[in-house]
Amino acid sequence: MARAMTITIHVPAPLRACCDGASELLLSAPSVRAALLQLERSHPSLYRSICDETGAVRRHVNLFVNTSHVRDREGLDTALVPGDVITILPAVSGG
Amino acid sequence: MNDEQLLRYSRQIMLPEIDVSGQERLMRSRVIVIGLGGLGSAASIYLAAAGVGHLVLADADHVELANLQRQILHTSRDIGRAKVDSARDHLLALNPDVTITTIKKRFKDDDALEKAIATADAVVDGSDNFPTRFAINRVCVTTGTPLVSGAAIRYEGQVSVFCRTQDSPCYRCLYSNEHIAAESCAETGVVPPLLGIIGSLQAIETLKLLIGIGESLEGRLLRVNALTMECRTSTLTRDPNCPVCRTHRRDQDEGQTAARTR
Repeated sequence: MARAMTITIHVPAPLRACCDGASELLLSAPSVRAALLQLERSHPSLYRSICDETGAVRRHVNLFVNTSHVRDREGLDTALVPGDVITILPAVSGG
Repeated sequence: MNDEQLLRYSRQIMLPEIDVSGQERLMRSRVIVIGLGGLGSAASIYLAAAGVGHLVLADADHVELANLQRQILHTSRDIGRAKVDSARDHLLALNPDVTITTIKKRFKDDDALEKAIATADAVVDGSDNFPTRFAINRVCVTTGTPLVSGAAIRYEGQVSVFCRTQDSPCYRCLYSNEHIAAESCAETGVVPPLLGIIGSLQAIETLKLLIGIGESLEGRLLRVNALTMECRTSTLTRDPNCPVCRTHRRDQDEGQTAARTR
């Protein structure tokens, strides 16, 4: 599949152990919810780090689609188009 | 400003956005730098060099050998000294014009830091743990003090400006204290110059705020990946459910309503 036709998920360093060290994952999905459901099947431990048992994004996880927080879009129903990038924002406190 | 100061700051005064009036603003400003590690080192060196009038330095730690790979404010001779003392000496050697006050305390120990934030024009957060960051943010929200926040770990750094106005997002709008992956440079590692980059970005944002020029990183989060050398900017907005700034705003609104009805 051509990269331009896919959604890219940027995985922060602390969660890469859940996906064999990959810093990004490629998939095809029409919405954030659909992308996460694919993750649930392909990388269940990564999915559980992002979503709680009800399927909601965990309170401490920030998901961005391109430059926008999903909270400011349509949450899990945010539509995706090929080329979109989902970023799982890592929490960084080092100084 | 005397002739020596005009010469010392000439290379920034010649920038039309700064000029003499901007320099005079810097010299009248007070900034608190919390954490004198990698970020606080870079930020405070540039703030002192640029002539910020009063720097308040806050850190409870002592200089250790393993700090020196990244904390460029301290030298091998400072090992064992309080970081605030080492920092004060080096910054005064760089620029004796600057007034420096030190606070050798952790945030939770004393209300001295709260008072220092309340009287500062800006806060530079270079602390190394989430509890301190949340505590600083809480005080910045209640006192309305702009918070220039930076963080770095491994190869990734983040910078943003919070609490600049009543409508700005606060740090707690972005991060929750339920965070599990609290990693420190001491435990996880960090590539040294990244702290210089992020600390310098904090210094630039602080200078812009103090002088009142340019576009602040308020409402934006800048992420720097030193391994790929990519920078990404994400948009940040207030979280309407933020337990810190929502509550403060509600209290303020109620206070204003009460004042109007009196």
